[in-house]
Amino acid sequence: MTTILPLTLQDVAVRRRGKRLIGPVTTTLGRQGITIIVGPNGSGKTTLLKVMHGVERISTGTVRWAVPDSEAQHHQGYVFQTPIMLRRSVADNLRYPLQLHNIAKAETEQRMIDWARKIGLHDHLQISATRLSGGEKQRLALGRALIRRPEVLFLDEPCANLDGASTRDIEALLIEARKAGTRIVMTTHNIGQAKRLADDALFMLHGIIKEAGPARAFFDAPQSKELMAFFRGDIIA
Amino acid sequence: MNDIFDGLAAAFWLVVSFDPELIEISLRSLQVTLGALVLSCAIALPLGTFLAIRRFRYRRLTISVLNALMGLPPVVVGLIVYILLSRSGPFGVLGLLFTPTAMVIAQVIIITPLIASITHQAMRELWAEYHDLLISLNTSQWQRVKTLVWDGRRNLLTAALAGFGRGIGEVGAIMIVGGNIDNATRVLTTAIALETGKGDFALALALGFVLIALAIGVNVSIHWLSRTEREGRW
Amino acid sequence: MMTRVSVTLAAIFFATAAFAEDFKMAVTTSFENSGLADVLLPAIKQDLGIDVQLLVVGTGQALRLGQAGDVDAILVHSRAAEEAFVAEGYGTHRREIMYNDFVLIGPQNDPADIAGATSAVEALQRIGAIEPAFVSRGDDSGTHKKELSLWALSGFDAAVFGPWYREVGAGMGASLNTAAGLSAYILADRASWLNFGNKANLALLYAGDPVLFNQYAYLPVHPDKHVHVRNDLAAKVEEWLVSPSAAELINSYQIDGETLFTFNAAEK
Repeated sequence: MTTILPLTLQDVAVRRRGKRLIGPVTTTLGRQGITIIVGPNGSGKTTLLKVMHGVERISTGTVRWAVPDSEAQHHQGYVFQTPIMLRRSVADNLRYPLQLHNIAKAETEQRMIDWARKIGLHDHLQISATRLSGGEKQRLALGRALIRRPEVLFLDEPCANLDGASTRDIEALLIEARKAGTRIVMTTHNIGQAKRLADDALFMLHGIIKEAGPARAFFDAPQSKELMAFFRGDIIA
Repeated sequence: MNDIFDGLAAAFWLVVSFDPELIEISLRSLQVTLGALVLSCAIALPLGTFLAIRRFRYRRLTISVLNALMGLPPVVVGLIVYILLSRSGPFGVLGLLFTPTAMVIAQVIIITPLIASITHQAMRELWAEYHDLLISLNTSQWQRVKTLVWDGRRNLLTAALAGFGRGIGEVGAIMIVGGNIDNATRVLTTAIALETGKGDFALALALGFVLIALAIGVNVSIHWLSRTEREGRW
Repeated sequence: MMTRVSVTLAAIFFATAAFAEDFKMAVTTSFENSGLADVLLPAIKQDLGIDVQLLVVGTGQALRLGQAGDVDAILVHSRAAEEAFVAEGYGTHRREIMYNDFVLIGPQNDPADIAGATSAVEALQRIGAIEPAFVSRGDDSGTHKKELSLWALSGFDAAVFGPWYREVGAGMGASLNTAAGLSAYILADRASWLNFGNKANLALLYAGDPVLFNQYAYLPVHPDKHVHVRNDLAAKVEEWLVSPSAAELINSYQIDGETLFTFNAAEK
């Protein structure tokens, strides 16, 4: 199977109304594992994620997958901080991405049932997605992103508004996805979560990647004083 | 006050006796307004959705014009359609003046802006909600429209019913372009105007009550058909 | 389900296109309000097999409809305007059919005492003298024109009247409703008055002066101006309208025991 990875960002900058949101950023996304992006509010984590996903217009630089963009787009998923629920039943939310690709009905049903079970919503199939709890919505959003079997999954603080139990559910699903070979890139505020999940990590500050590396070195021996301060819980101006 | 009770009584007798003339003009009212509604929806629903999701040069202007057209006085619409369809007018050869078709045309012009405008409002909200997801899922323009129309169908139904309400109760335009011809273009509203003119308030009111009942009946049955009210939690 | 609904709706809509070959005639409100049409039209349908579709409008609009070719014939009551219509080539000719009469209506207590007048002119002069509320059609209809000519005969110019003179710009029925609401004087045709259901405290106060006679004439629209008009049908309807059977129906038509119309069509 051909892979869309690696993803290479070269001198990418995003400017809006004369303000630099991120950049210049140069980094490469390898083939495996979970990359966690940490950093204070407003450091550009979400923008970086959207740039990688291809939904944020870049001002300068290049974003390049191993395959043409039009093909790469079909192999990515994205989960938003606040889950966006289609005003349909749980089942229809899961079917939706498959229907976009005209996948046969029988297979659609099979995968829908599988994923409903995996995300623990198989008893709620006919319930309107907008009536689920916050944790259930985020699980559904995750299932809906994974049901297309993306090669890369981006998550923007998926557990920001969730309680402990729901966070654990989400993390379990992510670990399972990694086992199945899904490349995951995720932003989070929660250092504990970052440590639990990360294979490697990025530290964003003022729109640039301040520090990056394999998880162990990143968390146990941070190089920059800003990252040390961040781990201590200081406010970084 | 007495007139109102007389009207209610007269309405009751008209209905229970299946007055053939009443049935005829009621059906014609429905026929004209539902016909206009179908055409208007065919134009206004895609137009309103399009305005919500596409950015183009004259979009704001189009929306302003649409909102202004919503307040268009039906009499003016009637007069313009009349002049256009008159034998001496540009479309005179079609011989459409004083036919139900002319009434449908006038009503399409009256209710299309209303439906399009409500559609645009509703679709704009839904699009704001769905925007990121649909972009992220890499949907085509057509898939977006389909998704919005399907998930916004309740709002679209509301838009259509608003259009129906405006059409079924409208008298100014259809009086002018239809001519209120007995057995040909007489509908409930023009019959009410006629009976009021004759000073027969009881009959006019009776027809009015039938009209109200008809409007409520259509609303309820459309909601029932689409089962929108059953899903609601409250 | 949606398919069935749309098919039904489509059927409903396209069924509307089925009217075309009927005969359209513009008539005045007063003619329609008299109820005579309900007697004549079924007879025409039975004798000739023609569906006469009536457009009930004021004389002014009836003439406009004829000029535009939107109707096949007109039946109105305003001689000067009719003759102009024929002279300008819009109508083939003018055929007098029948007449009814105008009556002066007013509040039962009759403050201007027009019931005691000896002529229509005197009645209007009495009204002009004390300026009670007066409702005018104000819609350029035959009745309106008649009213204005009567004011002129009586030595008044309606254009300079004060606020007591109210031009409502409406049909006969609506104007009578207004007069009933205001307890005002009004000029009406007898037929509309007799058929009017909301008389309130109004009463017929003066009638009978020959100057109040209201001649109805039939004018086919000229096919030279509008090739599509059904002049053939117009001729048939005319022939019927001046026939003895029409005369019988017109002369015997009564409301509350009162005869409304007098047939007076001349042989050609």
